[in-house]
Amino acid sequence: MSMPYYVAPEQVMKDRAEYAQKGIARGRALVATDYDPGVLIVAENPSRTLHKISEIYDRVAFAGVGKYNEFDQLRVAGVRHADTKGYSYSREDVDARSLANLYAQYLGQVFTHEMKPLEVEILVAELAAEPGAHQLYHIAYDGTVVDEVGFACLGGDAATITARMSESYRQGWPLAEALAACVAALAGPERTLGPGDLEVAVLEQGAERRTFRRIRNSALSALLGASEPSAGPGEGGGG
Amino acid sequence: MTLPLFPIGEDPGSNFAELLRRSAGGRAGPAPLSRPGADARGPVPRSDGLPGFVHGTTIAALRTAAGVVMAGDRRATEGHSIAHRQIEKVFPADRYSAVAIAGVAGPAVEMVRLFQTQLEHYEKVEGSSLSLEGKANQLGQMVRANLPLAMEGLAVVPLFAGYDERRRVGRIFSFDLAGGRYEERDFHATGSGGRDARNTIKLGYRADLSEEEGVELVVKALYQAADEDSATGGPDPLRGIYPVVAVVDEDGYRRLPDEVVAERFEALVEELRQPLPPRAAELEGGEHR
Repeated sequence: MSMPYYVAPEQVMKDRAEYAQKGIARGRALVATDYDPGVLIVAENPSRTLHKISEIYDRVAFAGVGKYNEFDQLRVAGVRHADTKGYSYSREDVDARSLANLYAQYLGQVFTHEMKPLEVEILVAELAAEPGAHQLYHIAYDGTVVDEVGFACLGGDAATITARMSESYRQGWPLAEALAACVAALAGPERTLGPGDLEVAVLEQGAERRTFRRIRNSALSALLGASEPSAGPGEGGGG
Repeated sequence: MTLPLFPIGEDPGSNFAELLRRSAGGRAGPAPLSRPGADARGPVPRSDGLPGFVHGTTIAALRTAAGVVMAGDRRATEGHSIAHRQIEKVFPADRYSAVAIAGVAGPAVEMVRLFQTQLEHYEKVEGSSLSLEGKANQLGQMVRANLPLAMEGLAVVPLFAGYDERRRVGRIFSFDLAGGRYEERDFHATGSGGRDARNTIKLGYRADLSEEEGVELVVKALYQAADEDSATGGPDPLRGIYPVVAVVDEDGYRRLPDEVVAERFEALVEELRQPLPPRAAELEGGEHR
């Protein structure tokens, strides 16, 4: 029997964090922000069907970056948690904060106890009844929760995107302006992103109980066009 | 609470009832729609007409050119007395379908809640909604699961109708106690006044009814059911309580505002009103002042 080599816990954690960060950095980023009547989430995602942004409950949305199968498993767990809670208690009792804490617990647990940390970063957003009180919980691969104010950036290049967003962000901006700023922040100065490269969804109070709504195809093109008349990717989202 | 994650072999997929069963472990209470204390077989009182169980009564649905119209009266009875005057028996199942219930109110309302959650749960987990037929089958399974309770008198008979987005037509499904699912061609009504409602619709039905005509016909059906059946509530202008009438078409589920339904009933009553029978004195032609 050979004894395992001693490795300092600092080193173990550092290696794991590095591993997770590398995995996350391979994927594309995502930005969420509040706007006048709701919450906007914009992700760079060329797929029409493998979503990064999804509905959890009436007023709660989920978004993830990193390894698809890992954050999708977390998404389904979130839907299950929310539906079970809403069914056994009441629809009003489902909130983003408790779900964010559950995610944090789980991610933290996996990060410290398992061989491989999850290579994901996730966002749980809740639409508040009064404007300006919306919640954006950003949960990192190690279980760290940040209650973001105004906007949140997730993904490999988050620091740069955050810098771009903090320049353009203004509280209470309208949807078209917020979308244009998010797309610009994701794209950076060298690239342009058309409707075909984006996945966009909002939480916005309408007539219906469920507030989650995807903006795609012609609606997305129109909204992008409204804020930036010169850029004409036109069709883009045909699929 | 912890995050509901399952090992691969035990994952309940997109089935919400199964999820409750697996994740409960006694934590979230008994699994839905199971007989309370199923192991300890004791006498469960039969509920037919006996006090103690609240019954909901007449529901009806018919197809129109654009979709379906569904309606239900507002009365619940407990034995021979009226238990509630304004319970609701017609619910949105999801955006494009409606479910109505007749039978014992407790398990019926619970079934609707489970059904609504199931449809939404499936839609969120899978990323697309069930076909209309899929939804009807789901409901059939729930009715079937209720069979042991139904045998003891706690029967629930739902009616399901919706707009089939793929075929672009309205469709109606009825159920029996054993979970049998039958697609109705034009219309259906069930509950204690169901027969009267059905007959009324039968006489006025055409395949190309407009929404307005459909609403008019279903209102007439409920009126006639209430006229013949003591357990069915008619329009109640005194308290301002009117049956629930909902429409499902390509724009989704829409419940008609009470004012609109009230107007329909007023028009119907006006149409049916008869002059007071002449008094004996008048027949003789004598004047008594």
